[in-house]
Amino acid sequence: MSALRPYLPVIGLGVLLALAPLFVTSNVALNFLVFTLIIALAAQGWNLLGGFGGQFSFGHAAFFGVGAYVSAIWQMSLGLDAWTGFVAGTLAGAVTGLTIGFLAFRAGLRGSYFALVTLAFAEVFRVLSNSSEATGGAAGLLLPLRIGAQNLQFADRSTFLAFVVALTILVLLLVQWIRGSRFGAQLVALRENEEAARALGVDVFAVKLKAIGLSGAITAAAGVLYLQYFLFIDSNIVFGTWISVEVLLAAIVGGLGTVLGPVVGALALHGLGELVKHLAGDLPGIDLAVYGAVLVVAVAFLPGGLVGLFRRKPAPRQVRKTAPEGGRV
Amino acid sequence: MSTTQMSPATGTLPPDEMLPPAEILKVENVTMRFGGLTAVNDASLTVKKGSITGLIGPNGAGKTTLFSIASGFLAPTRGRIAFEGGDITGVAPHRLAERGLGRTFQIVKPFAGLSVLENIVVGAFLRHPRRADAEAVAARVAARVGLGDRLDDPAASLTVSGRKRLEVAKALATGPKLLLLDEVLAGLNPSEVRDIIPVIRELRDTGITILMIEHVMQAVVSLCDEVFVLAQGAIIAGGTPQQVVSDPKVIEAYLGKGAAARLNRGETADA
Repeated sequence: MSALRPYLPVIGLGVLLALAPLFVTSNVALNFLVFTLIIALAAQGWNLLGGFGGQFSFGHAAFFGVGAYVSAIWQMSLGLDAWTGFVAGTLAGAVTGLTIGFLAFRAGLRGSYFALVTLAFAEVFRVLSNSSEATGGAAGLLLPLRIGAQNLQFADRSTFLAFVVALTILVLLLVQWIRGSRFGAQLVALRENEEAARALGVDVFAVKLKAIGLSGAITAAAGVLYLQYFLFIDSNIVFGTWISVEVLLAAIVGGLGTVLGPVVGALALHGLGELVKHLAGDLPGIDLAVYGAVLVVAVAFLPGGLVGLFRRKPAPRQVRKTAPEGGRV
Repeated sequence: MSTTQMSPATGTLPPDEMLPPAEILKVENVTMRFGGLTAVNDASLTVKKGSITGLIGPNGAGKTTLFSIASGFLAPTRGRIAFEGGDITGVAPHRLAERGLGRTFQIVKPFAGLSVLENIVVGAFLRHPRRADAEAVAARVAARVGLGDRLDDPAASLTVSGRKRLEVAKALATGPKLLLLDEVLAGLNPSEVRDIIPVIRELRDTGITILMIEHVMQAVVSLCDEVFVLAQGAIIAGGTPQQVVSDPKVIEAYLGKGAAARLNRGETADA
């Protein structure tokens, strides 16, 4: 039972999300939830590398786009099926992550240098996919409508939402497991202090590579989901800077290096964005201005993100727990 | 645990200790240059298995550089390091940790965002891949260095003395055979120093060999079996603490040329 305890928050949020497809019926709300959870999933990938590992990427669009494009080409040019395309897109994200990671981490890039290199990769991918024929050039790729579970296309949105929710819960469980594992501890240790981690036997390069590979895979999976839901991608959508910004915003606002942070952050940001759009009417870009404001507030006042707000509550209990121990000694 | 002075030749091992080698660490003619600056100059020293060996010297003598070379953080310009008889020159620090060579940092490096237990667990994970085992080992190690009641506290909340203990605990959790301690007593008040000395001695008694950089001479004299003195990058003396502190070369390295002679005159005048 005690081994399950760390999983309780994940299970709680999972149950809430799992109920959503049953109760949400309006198309607007379904659209909102599917899109937000796709972003949350991509943000979860970013958070693994940036939040737990402290390696801030500014180019996670590279993985998102690779996932989407590989799966699209897999189905359209190679004529293969959507489920293996989902796997192929995810794996391609991992390979992209390992490649970028190998180059950047072997060169010892950290901090803003690492961020700039990832941004450069995403931009190069965007420009290339915009001009290459294989990726449909500037016209993008339109996935043919073939509704059916075998094509990963569903007639009603709530079925797709259920699929996205299931994947989100799966990734949440994976990240929670990683957090308690040796790999997770080593990842956090190198975020806190790389030299100290090396002295304790942490192979910093290998751990970072593992992290960026996994991170790329998760974000690429989100890219594939985007393709399967909207059935259309072009270079400015899936390799666009907006994805890179969205995922790091969601993770930072939700809580860097927390398991639930990206999901909570994405829901809060998008919820607020929709609300403001609703209230402010047709002011274009008002939701982006709100994102900016929220980021400033989060960085200034919420070092632990939204998840950190809830974490502060159990503090008195901890004090009571440690007091007798201190007295005994 | 012999306290006799090191013999210059390596062939004088007592026969019953032929294998494994009596020297757990051997630094041979190590030179380290940073551009035009020679931080370590042709330094050699040996650490006997099961001993507490001290490395002392004035500020800027190159002690920490020598530590960084021995623990794999720097590759020497020239020279060779052997650990348990095998060449480890230029081997990465995490590989050395796997082989049983642990180190602490003079400027402590706690994982500030983590609890005391989590800090130590990172070290314990090296030999215990399962979290439950690693946590049990970490808790035991914490108790050994006197942090047993602070397990859930954030590392950032520890005092200087607590952080030094944490530094030792993290290295200890990796299960080292040889532990390099870089000034774990610096910045502590005398009563804190008195509290930690038995901890270090107890480590040696459980079979961990210790090489320590230390400025607190009270600790060096009471703990070390053997001491090497580094001045301006070169080893200028080696022997028991008593031999070393009365060596005129050592006194001059600390206090300036002619100091030993003046001290001697002062002593005879007092007498």
